[in-house]
Amino acid sequence: MAQQDNLVVVKDLARHFVLGKDQVLKAVDGVSFAIRRGETFGLVGESGCGKSTLGRTIIGLYDCTKGSVEFDGKDMKDYKSAAERAELSQRMQMIFQDPYTSLNPRMKVMDIVAEGIDNHHLAKNNAERTKMVIQLLEAVGLNEGHANRYPHEFSGGQRQRVGIARALSVNPDFVIADEPISALDVSIQAQVVNLLKNLQKTRNLTYLFIAHDLSMVKYISDRIGVMYLGNMVELATGQELFDKPLHPYTQALLSAIPLPDPKVERERSRIVLEGSVSSPINLPNNCRFCTRCKYCTEQCRKEVPPLREVEPGHFVACHMIK
Amino acid sequence: MMFKCKEKFVPAKPVEAPADLPADLFEAAEQNSSDLEYIARKHHSALYDGWIRLRKNKAAVICAVILIVITLFAIFAPILSQYTYFDTNYKAKLKPPSIEHPFGTDQFGRDQWTRIWYGTRISLLIGLVAALLNLFIGVIYGAVSAMIGGRVDAIMQRIIEILVGVPHLIIVILFMMILPPGVGTIVIAMSITGWVNMARLVRAQILKLKNQEFVMAAKLLGTSGWKMIMKHLVPNTVSVIVIQIMFAIPSAIFTEAFLSFIGVGLAAPKASLGVLINDGYKMLRAAPYMLIYPALAIILIMVCFSILGDGLRDALDPRMKH
Amino acid sequence: MSEKKKLLEVKDMYVSIHTDSGVVQAVRGVSFDLYEVETLAIVGESGSGKSITNKAIMGLLPIGGRIDSGTVLLGGKDITHYTEKQMRDVRGAEISMIFQDPLTSLNPTMTVGKQITEMLMLHKPGMTKEQRKERAIELLGMVGIPNPTERFDQYPHQFSGGMRQRVMISIALACEPKILIADEPTTALDVTIQAQILDLMKELQKKINTSIIIITHNLGVVASVADRVLVMYGGKFAEVGDLDEVFYDMKHPYTKGLMESIPILHSEDQDLYSIPGSPPDLVKPPVGCPFAPRCNECLKVCKLYPPKTHSFSEKHMATCWLYDERVKGAK
Repeated sequence: MAQQDNLVVVKDLARHFVLGKDQVLKAVDGVSFAIRRGETFGLVGESGCGKSTLGRTIIGLYDCTKGSVEFDGKDMKDYKSAAERAELSQRMQMIFQDPYTSLNPRMKVMDIVAEGIDNHHLAKNNAERTKMVIQLLEAVGLNEGHANRYPHEFSGGQRQRVGIARALSVNPDFVIADEPISALDVSIQAQVVNLLKNLQKTRNLTYLFIAHDLSMVKYISDRIGVMYLGNMVELATGQELFDKPLHPYTQALLSAIPLPDPKVERERSRIVLEGSVSSPINLPNNCRFCTRCKYCTEQCRKEVPPLREVEPGHFVACHMIK
Repeated sequence: MMFKCKEKFVPAKPVEAPADLPADLFEAAEQNSSDLEYIARKHHSALYDGWIRLRKNKAAVICAVILIVITLFAIFAPILSQYTYFDTNYKAKLKPPSIEHPFGTDQFGRDQWTRIWYGTRISLLIGLVAALLNLFIGVIYGAVSAMIGGRVDAIMQRIIEILVGVPHLIIVILFMMILPPGVGTIVIAMSITGWVNMARLVRAQILKLKNQEFVMAAKLLGTSGWKMIMKHLVPNTVSVIVIQIMFAIPSAIFTEAFLSFIGVGLAAPKASLGVLINDGYKMLRAAPYMLIYPALAIILIMVCFSILGDGLRDALDPRMKH
Repeated sequence: MSEKKKLLEVKDMYVSIHTDSGVVQAVRGVSFDLYEVETLAIVGESGSGKSITNKAIMGLLPIGGRIDSGTVLLGGKDITHYTEKQMRDVRGAEISMIFQDPLTSLNPTMTVGKQITEMLMLHKPGMTKEQRKERAIELLGMVGIPNPTERFDQYPHQFSGGMRQRVMISIALACEPKILIADEPTTALDVTIQAQILDLMKELQKKINTSIIIITHNLGVVASVADRVLVMYGGKFAEVGDLDEVFYDMKHPYTKGLMESIPILHSEDQDLYSIPGSPPDLVKPPVGCPFAPRCNECLKVCKLYPPKTHSFSEKHMATCWLYDERVKGAK
């Protein structure tokens, strides 16, 4: 795999929060992977796995405690001058989860979407600014009439679309979608996901799609990474992950998802995980899944398993899998 | 803030389809996709919606009207009166209320009607100026504390806690005794610790806003510093500030009245409501009307501001979820 | 097939909610029945009226909400006109409800054990304090909480999300009600915990012989626990039937659209259909079928008049103009 194919390279990234004396929350603890140009990389995991924190650390909303992020071949810390930082902020954008708090309630949609345009002086005059905003609104399925309205007048799905238009306003190459559909109704989720897919084609976007709904992630992603308590435990293409999940957690996760197919549901047997996720505070230095894993061995209790490629393109972090 | 359903609402019964319908109605209909995103309601900003909600609150509206009337009287009654607030007339001393002297006269023959409206004017002025000063100092202090955060924030909060620890009135009285008596002195003395509540509220609101997704989105789009404050933080703090002013004004009026009542306030013949209440208290047996009218005035003003403040709080509560 | 007894009959219910922005006609003429020992799933999205319908049954409507007309027969008695005191006797003893967010549904200042014993005190006055404690510990064990004797004295914040939901279930089932209404019980939970809770509910249903109404928008959850399904849209009922009937022989275009907009994990289909538009504004409810503007099979009559209900089998019904005999090529 040629290096130039990778748009984003994450190396050993860690993000720790110090909560008090001797209380460290290792939200992300040593994650490495690469996102190829033009692909959709899905990131899944349950609460406390650190996927949102990972997204925010990659884009720079949080500083990284350890490790680094390379964007287009250059370490993000090396984008030092004001012009370079402005360039970086234009090339990477984010779509947020909560349609109710991701838009400033006191601003009209026109101004919300034009904020990036204004900050980076992408429009020569007011007329051009308006034209750009309307084009963006139309690209997300809204129209001119919506530009003068306020966020509280829209439905959740429409607000998400305004958020997408805002992210696209600076012509980014890379967009991190942080749980963009979790707060939406089922039928609206499909709308937004289809919109994202279309936009990817027309604008050559690369996505990091963070969500907890594995079915939706599989639909939109090329490759998927599964996270558990701050570590990435498995990484493979969507189909491979579903056909041959190797990590015990991935297997349990897939088995737990209820399928909208009564016959299949009646006939399947579930892998039921005992217990619940351990506390992310002061995690010990061993396999995080150990407390719930039925294969747990002495080695698992002593070392953190590294993420290794066990088959072409299929990575797992588990001592049991050779 | 809940609507009470007074009348029994009878939902419109669905129009039953008649038995004989023309056959062409059972053909496919044309779907207009632009209808789908149409927003039926007229568009208003959230503030305008708040204004409409406030108008519906009868108690708040009545109080607002009363306050306006009182203010108008306070401005014009002393000017239009044939008496002044300081002219004495020993021939007309201690006269009960009559057509010539609607509120009676005091022991020096001064017309109470003029004095009371003049006193109201002074009280309102003091209340307003003190509240505005508190606003100014409080907002800046709270905003700076929240924006910078970290250690600076911690130090600034400790300072507030020390200030709050010392009894507020004792400081004010001490100041009053050092500085020459007058309206300016009272205002300055009250502003020493009066701003603390506003600072805390503004700080809390801005801290809350800093964590909202729309602020993060703005950061990613390149907004920072002054732009961030003016575009995103201040507009969403305005309602907090306005509501706090509504409560700060009566608080200031009362503090001044109290000071005057205990004799540390304005010097004769200048009068504020507090001075008048003090004078009236001394003459309670001989001329109860001297106490009743100023007392009524101050009670009315304070109650109206409180009710109006409550109404504003209900009306301006930014509600995006239904 | 043995005739199962009807536990609950909801007939033609209309519920409106008076808000600052106007009167929301949340439920517009919904009827359904609940039989003994079955699980009925009520499926719908925001604004469909699914939650409000069940809150109306429980007498737990928000301020401003009222049942405008219709009846709810519980064991033959109409409970819509019950006073608050009468409803208190019904809640917990005959119908119980569990909610989506266990964090806010449990009292944070009371121990978990006390919350269960309170429920028992309310409806089973014959029990002594020791008997209640014993029963509460038994219930905690029954819902799968390890070390129930110790955990009896703990507070809700000491439990994880899934555990709290189990506690809620134990409170709800303490008095063995005939009906349990579960309003999105697993929406706020992780997928692996959701699987545990759903299994628990099925197990408890067998043990206590309760009927469950589960409100959800997740069709996977429906497929794994429900016997019958009721689909709601825009405050009205769209389709109802046995699980297999609704999933494999759907009649209403909304049901079809919903099914097609869910990515199926095991299929390799590349296209996800999405229903265009958004749910209707119920302050000004549309005149005809509420789904008409978004329906790809919409007829002219759909926009003018509300459709009639058609039966396809003993339990399978749908409200749609497509099945009227006047439609050319009617099914």
